[in-house]
Amino acid sequence: MTAHPMPPSPLLQVRDLRTWFDTFGGVVKAVDGASFDVGRGEIVGLVGESGGGKSMVGYSIMRLIDPPGRIAGGRILFDGTDLCGLDERALRKIRGREIAMIFQDPMTALNPLYTIGDQLDEMLRLHTGLSARERRLRCIEMLHEVGIPQPEARLGNYPHQFSGGMRQRVVIAIAMIAGPRLLIADEPTTALDVTIQAQLLRLMKHAVEKRGASLILITHDLAAVSQMADRIVVLYCGRIVERGRARDVIERPRHPYTRGLLDSIPHQGLKRRRLSQIPGTVPDIRKLPPGCAFAPRCPMAAPVCRESAPNLVGGPSGHAVACHFPLEAKAA
Amino acid sequence: MSASTLDRFLASELVHNYRRNLPAVIGSLIVLGFAFTVTFGPGLVAQDPYDIAQLELMDSFKPPAWLEGGDPAYWLGTDGQGRDVLASIVYGTRISLFIGLTAMLASCLLGTTLGIVAGFHGGWLDAVIMRIADIQLSFPSVLTALFLMSAFGTGIEKVLIALTSVGWVVYARTVRGSTLREKQREYIQAARVSGLPNWKIILRHILPNVLTPIIVVATIQVGTFVLIEASLSFLGVGVPITKPSLGLLIKNGFDVLFSGLWWISVFPGLVIMLLVFGINLLGDFLRDELNPRLK
Repeated sequence: MTAHPMPPSPLLQVRDLRTWFDTFGGVVKAVDGASFDVGRGEIVGLVGESGGGKSMVGYSIMRLIDPPGRIAGGRILFDGTDLCGLDERALRKIRGREIAMIFQDPMTALNPLYTIGDQLDEMLRLHTGLSARERRLRCIEMLHEVGIPQPEARLGNYPHQFSGGMRQRVVIAIAMIAGPRLLIADEPTTALDVTIQAQLLRLMKHAVEKRGASLILITHDLAAVSQMADRIVVLYCGRIVERGRARDVIERPRHPYTRGLLDSIPHQGLKRRRLSQIPGTVPDIRKLPPGCAFAPRCPMAAPVCRESAPNLVGGPSGHAVACHFPLEAKAA
Repeated sequence: MSASTLDRFLASELVHNYRRNLPAVIGSLIVLGFAFTVTFGPGLVAQDPYDIAQLELMDSFKPPAWLEGGDPAYWLGTDGQGRDVLASIVYGTRISLFIGLTAMLASCLLGTTLGIVAGFHGGWLDAVIMRIADIQLSFPSVLTALFLMSAFGTGIEKVLIALTSVGWVVYARTVRGSTLREKQREYIQAARVSGLPNWKIILRHILPNVLTPIIVVATIQVGTFVLIEASLSFLGVGVPITKPSLGLLIKNGFDVLFSGLWWISVFPGLVIMLLVFGINLLGDFLRDELNPRLK
């Protein structure tokens, strides 16, 4: 490794990423020209509705896109290395060791046939040269860190002997045990009870911070992101509509879509409701309108919005927005 | 460790349900009986029916011992060469079961491998393998086997090849389906993101999770193969005369069946029936137990 020039470059640089799916109904542009950075030790929230392409960004970074999907363009620079140019062998050295990923459903994220000790150990066997005893200690330590009581005894248990929240803790332990520098969490708490969502988010934040690792939190839950993330990227129909420091985006949203998402968060203490403030639904991504994809649902759409798509304007680290009529800075 | 595993097994739901399932107990007793017979049977019967030196032409066409003219030395009578029908059945069952089991293992190995590869790899490989399977399935399996045997000529190894080439399809289809289902599970994605090579994902994570339906298919298939082999041999395109299976024994007796010499065909026939019946009872039990949808 060469010394990094000052200031240190971001850990992950996604540039003009295009993840397309070739289907009979035409090319589905699940991600179409997304660019963003993840700094070292930074937590970035990737936000949007279902079908917005946010999961596909995570899968693309992991190079998990299977046919008929493909990365049609762009670069994914991880610590200077373009992940798009790596072959399977090289990727296997990155996956798990450098970049780890957590999925939505803890009920199926663990193999039902192996003990959790075995599944934790698999990561260490794969990515470290530790002895069996050292690995065991590391596993116990890791389970302890994610808040599993009596870790020694629990190592020999099977996934079905854990509750959903406990399983997601185990999943986090498995993801973090090999010491990755980037964790991608794809809707990590969506399948869980609301009461433990916050606990697990905090746990993930601690685990990442302790190691100086970065975190990409993919979620539709803007409220969760606003408490955790340093920066927020808002995706709509495969394109980034707004990007900036968490505080700026939450307090001074400039895109009507972000504004709509924020407005649809109920006030503290109330039960969450369905998103109802944004009229209409996410359009069929195969038949996007020629102009701004959000125009059909946008309260302030003008004729120009239906003709030409706005570009993302603003510096890569500043507050950028893709809108012909960005909202004026005002408190949300 | 092994003791506790055994204890756990004995206390399991499977064992619990087995004890309360009379057909399953009967089926497994029948199968155990056959296992005993083919293992120790040749030592228990007096005659090796394929050692010509031991045959006595004077004793040909003796009826079973309890009938008039029967000889207590030959419980189930003798055939035209003076072979003891009981001894022939014991030796024939060995051949039938050997063929059934070996062809099942070969089909299972081939079909499971192709099924997992098709399901996991997808794309053109999946298309090619499954189209071959579809074509195979569009012919009745006996017909395909008959056709192959007519081309090959008789012989045990040729029967094995013919049975395997019709038998792999059911594994391939079952396993491919389960593989596609398992592949969607997040723990497979998790295994991929943890940097595990594909062959390890297949062996460690997919194979154990698609094994259950294979066990059921494999059990029933032994019975099916015994029947197909019997049909082939009955039609004269199966095993050679020097290694007669149960099917060939039936054929040998069939020529004289209508002369009233029924025992040469009927006893091997009953044995096939009993064998397949026992295997199917066991297979049905396993199917009910191992398929959560039927519970």
